[in-house]
Amino acid sequence: MIKLLNVCKSFEGRQVLKNISITFEAGKTNLIIGKSGSGKTVMMKSMVGLHEIDSGEIIFGEHSFSKMSFKERKEVRKEIGMVFQGGALFDSYNVEENVMFPLSVFTELTTKEKKDRVNFCLDRVNLVNVGHLFPSEISGGMKKRVSIARAIAMNPKYLFCDEPNSGLDPQTSIVIDNLIHEITQEFNITTIINTHDMNSVMEIGDKIVYIHKGERWWEGDSQSILTTNNEEVVDFVYASKYMKQMRKI
Amino acid sequence: MGFVYHIGRYFLLLRHTFHLPEKSKLFFKQVVHEMNAQGVNSLGIVAVMSLFMGAVITLQTAFNIDNPLIPQSTIGFATANSMILEFSPTIISLILAGKIGSNIASEIGTMRISEQIDALEIMGINPASYLILPKITAAMLINPFIVIISMGLGIFGGYAAGMFTGVVAQNDFIDGILLDFRPFNVVYALIKCIIFAFIITSISGYQGYYSNGGSLEVGQSSTRAVVFSSIVIVLFNLILTKLLLQ
Ligand SMILES: Nc1ncnc2c1ncn2[C@@H]1O[C@H](COP(=O)(O)OP(=O)(O)O)[C@@H](O)[C@H]1O
Ligand SMILES: [Mg+2]
Repeated sequence: MIKLLNVCKSFEGRQVLKNISITFEAGKTNLIIGKSGSGKTVMMKSMVGLHEIDSGEIIFGEHSFSKMSFKERKEVRKEIGMVFQGGALFDSYNVEENVMFPLSVFTELTTKEKKDRVNFCLDRVNLVNVGHLFPSEISGGMKKRVSIARAIAMNPKYLFCDEPNSGLDPQTSIVIDNLIHEITQEFNITTIINTHDMNSVMEIGDKIVYIHKGERWWEGDSQSILTTNNEEVVDFVYASKYMKQMRKI
Repeated sequence: MGFVYHIGRYFLLLRHTFHLPEKSKLFFKQVVHEMNAQGVNSLGIVAVMSLFMGAVITLQTAFNIDNPLIPQSTIGFATANSMILEFSPTIISLILAGKIGSNIASEIGTMRISEQIDALEIMGINPASYLILPKITAAMLINPFIVIISMGLGIFGGYAAGMFTGVVAQNDFIDGILLDFRPFNVVYALIKCIIFAFIITSISGYQGYYSNGGSLEVGQSSTRAVVFSSIVIVLFNLILTKLLLQ
């Protein structure tokens, strides 16, 4: 479980996160949605400590992450997996080395054990025979999958995904979404996904939080989001003319 | 304000950089890889530069000595001392600042803008230490060897130029090299080049580490890496010379 309590964050005097309080439960796929520039990425990076928050508290399980020392955070971070918007694979390592990287740094496993774990993770994201390829040699969808494989290599308790299906075709998007959703349930992970893709919302959103201009504007699930009267949310959900007509029906 | 800010942030980054590596085996592997990438891959350009610099110094010195009272061995003496004291440690370091410096800044800068540094940090790794420390260590270890090779090749270039053009007799040239040879000059040169290696890798690492924006900015930080390392090198060249050769 991850809890945000009154989190505020500003850059150079401009407030990007305004007093945000949310709870994310384990084994659930939590979606953070909102327009581009609403503060989703900043919120996610604040949760994992890539941005220091100005005030408020971030709690992982029982422990206050925002009050921890660098050393204590390091221990929590070993339980965090993160999938970045662009994949953030290490260019100079091939696919296998990328997934193996956290294992090599933090575990004392033998080479064979590490390889087994890598193969298990790659298998889990439906990738076979690509271990020797470099990030520059694989497609966007494959990069996302390798990135997911790397994120789950250490058996994380918490999984963060920033726009996991941006830049992907609709079909691949659905595959990636379902993959994250399955992994979440299978390993009882607390998963948080940033997205602006309505497809994901309808398919996998156990809990949905709508962020508007840095505020927690609305909270619900994939059913209630269709019936809400919150104006901003309605505009977001029914962004296209086609969808607006659907709503009238 | 900008200047002080950068100096402060540079030293803060250095503090994070000088942390014990997560795993010594991995660190060792990285250092070997960097020594190869920075050092061995620079040997070609260093060899060409050194041979030609040595040859030119010999020809210029010979050209300027038309007084029959000055012995021919002066040409060998001048070539050897110019190479050892200044050309090999300083000029070669400046060339390496261009080659290694831009390389480091663009590599780390690209890692920054493509969130690879964030990915390292999320995993609980200290990115500054993981990325920059092996590069600093490798350069400080390998650059002295490169400079010694450069000295040898420079003097050989001078010798060959003298031989082919006939401006100096071979044994006069060699007499000149051995005349009043001071081993401390070599030590001075090596101290300089080790400090320059630190300057190049740490400044370039800093420039790359704090890149932001896109590929345009990475290009700019790589240019800044070369410009600033070069300026700091010539500055320290003066300071070290004053301190060591008095
Ligand atoms: N490092 C930063 N420095 C200053 N402003 C930032 C920084 N990161 C994000 N912002 C600003 O915060 C706002 C929210 O950005 P972001 O969280 O990336 O939006 P999104 O919801 O599209 O992910 C934007 O206006 C952006 O300009
Ligand atoms: Mg974003």
